Amino acid sequence: MEQKSGRFGAYGGQYIPETLMNAVIELDRAYQFYKNDPAFQSELKELLNDYAGRPSRLYFAQKMTRDLGGAKIYLKREDLNHTGAHKINNVLGQALLAKKMGKTRLIAETGAGQHGVATATAAALMDLECVVYMGKEDTIRQALNVYRMRLLGAEVIPVTSGTATLKDAVSEAMREWTSRIDDTHYCLGSVMGPHPFPTIVRDFQAVISREMRAQMLEREGRLPDAVLACVGGGSNAIGAFYHFIDDASVRLIGCEAAGRGIDTPETAATLSVGRTGIFHGMKSVFCQDEFGQIAPVYSISAGLDYPGVGPEHAYLHDMGRAEYVAITDEEAVEAFEYLSRTEGIIPAIESAHAVAYAMRLAPTMPKDAILAVCLSGRGDKDCAAIARYRGEDLHE
Amino acid sequence: MSRIQRAFQNHKAFIAFLTCGDPDLEATAKIVREMAASGADLIELGIPFSDPVAEGAVIQSANARALAGGITTDQIFDMVRSLREDISIPLVFMTYANIVFSYGTERFLENAAEAGIEGLILPDVPFEEKADFAPACRAHGIDFISLIAPTSADRIAMIAREAEGFLYCVSSMGVTGVRGQIKTNIEDMVRQVRSANPDIPCAVGFGISTPEQAREMAQYADGVIVGSAIVRLVEQHKKDAAAAVGGYVKAMKEAIS
Repeated sequence: MEQKSGRFGAYGGQYIPETLMNAVIELDRAYQFYKNDPAFQSELKELLNDYAGRPSRLYFAQKMTRDLGGAKIYLKREDLNHTGAHKINNVLGQALLAKKMGKTRLIAETGAGQHGVATATAAALMDLECVVYMGKEDTIRQALNVYRMRLLGAEVIPVTSGTATLKDAVSEAMREWTSRIDDTHYCLGSVMGPHPFPTIVRDFQAVISREMRAQMLEREGRLPDAVLACVGGGSNAIGAFYHFIDDASVRLIGCEAAGRGIDTPETAATLSVGRTGIFHGMKSVFCQDEFGQIAPVYSISAGLDYPGVGPEHAYLHDMGRAEYVAITDEEAVEAFEYLSRTEGIIPAIESAHAVAYAMRLAPTMPKDAILAVCLSGRGDKDCAAIARYRGEDLHE
Repeated sequence: MSRIQRAFQNHKAFIAFLTCGDPDLEATAKIVREMAASGADLIELGIPFSDPVAEGAVIQSANARALAGGITTDQIFDMVRSLREDISIPLVFMTYANIVFSYGTERFLENAAEAGIEGLILPDVPFEEKADFAPACRAHGIDFISLIAPTSADRIAMIAREAEGFLYCVSSMGVTGVRGQIKTNIEDMVRQVRSANPDIPCAVGFGISTPEQAREMAQYADGVIVGSAIVRLVEQHKKDAAAAVGGYVKAMKEAIS
C-alpha cells in the first residue's frame, strides 16, 4: 500500500527535526538493502523460528464457536511467541538491522511494557545496550514489566512530561535520538513515526498474515471472511491484514480502544473521534482539540492508550478497505474474562478488544463463515489491573 | 530582500525567543515590548504545543504552563495585532506543524500575515516536507525559515539554496536548552551555507545563554538566537519578568555588537 517517498495516500511522510533526517535516510537505505539480502532474511527467519517460536499456531476456538453459535472462530496465537506478544517479530528484525548498521545501542518507547520487554530481550541476545522510555503512569500500571526489562539488562527511564503515558514516551525517545544518533538505533514499536518506520515495522509484522493465510488455506481450503485485530498504533493489525489486502472477500476489521466511550473525552478510538494532523513524525489521524493540541487520551489498556494511528491504517480507513470499530473498557474486560473461562486462554487486554468484537460479530454470521482473530499477546501482565477494575484489592 | 533579511544588515542580529502565554498574554506582550526596546532585532513568538518534541525541559514546561492557562492560537493572533501598533522589528512564529495544519494552513497564514507576522519556523518540518507549508507562506508574504543541524552534512547546500529569511543553524545535537559548551564547528557550517547561498543570513541557536557564547558565535554567524535562557527568566520572575529579560537582552546585544 506504500506509495512513493513513504506515503500512504495523503498520510505518512517524515515530519521530524532536521537533526534526525540523515538518520532516517541511512535507516531507509540500509533497510532497502537488507530486505532483499538472502543472508539477512535467513538469519532473521532462524531467529523467528528457533528463538521466538514461530510459526505461531492458528487455533480453532471450538468452545467459543459453539457458545456464540455463529461463525467459526480461529485465533492466531501471537501470545505464544517468546516474550508473550507479537512485538518480538518487529524487534528481532530491527535489532538485527541495527546490528548490521553497526549500531551498539537500542532505545525504545513502551506503553504496556511489551515492546520494551521485547526490545530488552533482543538487546540481551544480540549484545546491544538498551534504554527504554516509559511513561511514569505506565511504570506504575505495569510494574512487573519494568522489573522484567531491568532483569534483561535494560535501563528504564520513567517519563514525567505531558500525560506521562505512551505518547510522552515516544516524544522522549525521539528527543533522546536527536542527541545521540551515531551509535543508537531507535527501535520504534509500532507502524508509526517517520518513514521508513511504518513500512519497516509493517514488513516485519506481515509474517502474521503470511502464516495465517497459508494455515487457513490448509485447514479450511479457503480464506477467512474477516480478520480482526486490535489497533493502538496498529502493528499487529497491519501485520494481520497485510497479506489479505488484495483479497476483496476478506473483511479487515481493526478494533480501537473506546475507553469509557467514544462520546466521552476518556477514549483512545482515534479513527472514530480524531482528524488529520501531523505528529510524531507522520501525517495521520490524531485525537486533538480544535487548535491542534494533542488530546490526553484514555484506555484501560496501556498498549492502546495512544492518540494517533499508523498512516497505513488511516489510508485503509479512507479507502474503505478496512473497517475500524471502537470497543469500550467494559466490553474488553468482559472478553478478557470470557476467553479465559471458555478457552482457557488469558488474552492481553489489548487483544481482548478484538475478541470482544468477534463476540459481537460471530453470532450475526452463518455457521460456515470464518473469523480469524489476531490474539496479539497474553494477558498475565494485565491480571492485577483487571482484578482492580473488578473491585478486588490486588497488587503485584 | 525581505524585512527579516534586512534585520541582519550592517550588524549582528540578536534574536529572542519567548513562549506566548507564559504565564499569560499580558505578560508576554510586556516582555516583547521590553525586548524590542532593549535591542532585540527579531523576536520569535512560540505558539505553545502540547507535545513539543524539539524542546528541552525549560521550554516544555513553558508550553505546559501556557496551555494550562487556556491560551489559544486566536488569542495569540490578537496579541500580535496589538503589538504591531508600536513594534516595528520583524516578528516570526515558532511552533509545530500540527498547530498550523490543524488550524488550516491557508487560514493560519492569512491570519498571521494580517496580524503582522513575517516568518514561520516549524522545527518538525524538514526540507522534504516543506511543500506543505512553504508555498502557502510565500503566497502571504511570510518567510518559511529552514533549519540545519550538526548532522545535516551533505544536506546543507540543498537547504541553504532554498532558504528564506534567515537560516536557523542548530548548534548542538539534541533539544533546546542551555548548554555549557557548544562543540559543533559552526564556522565550517556557516562556510558551507555561504558557498551555496551567499545572500542568506545565518543565525545560530540551541544552547546559547551567556554573553561569551553569544560573542563567540557572532564571530562566525550573522545572528544569535536565545530561547531557553529567556524562558527561564520568565519562569523565575513570572508576570514581572519584563525588566529582568530587558536587562538580559541588552547585555547579550552588547556582547555581539
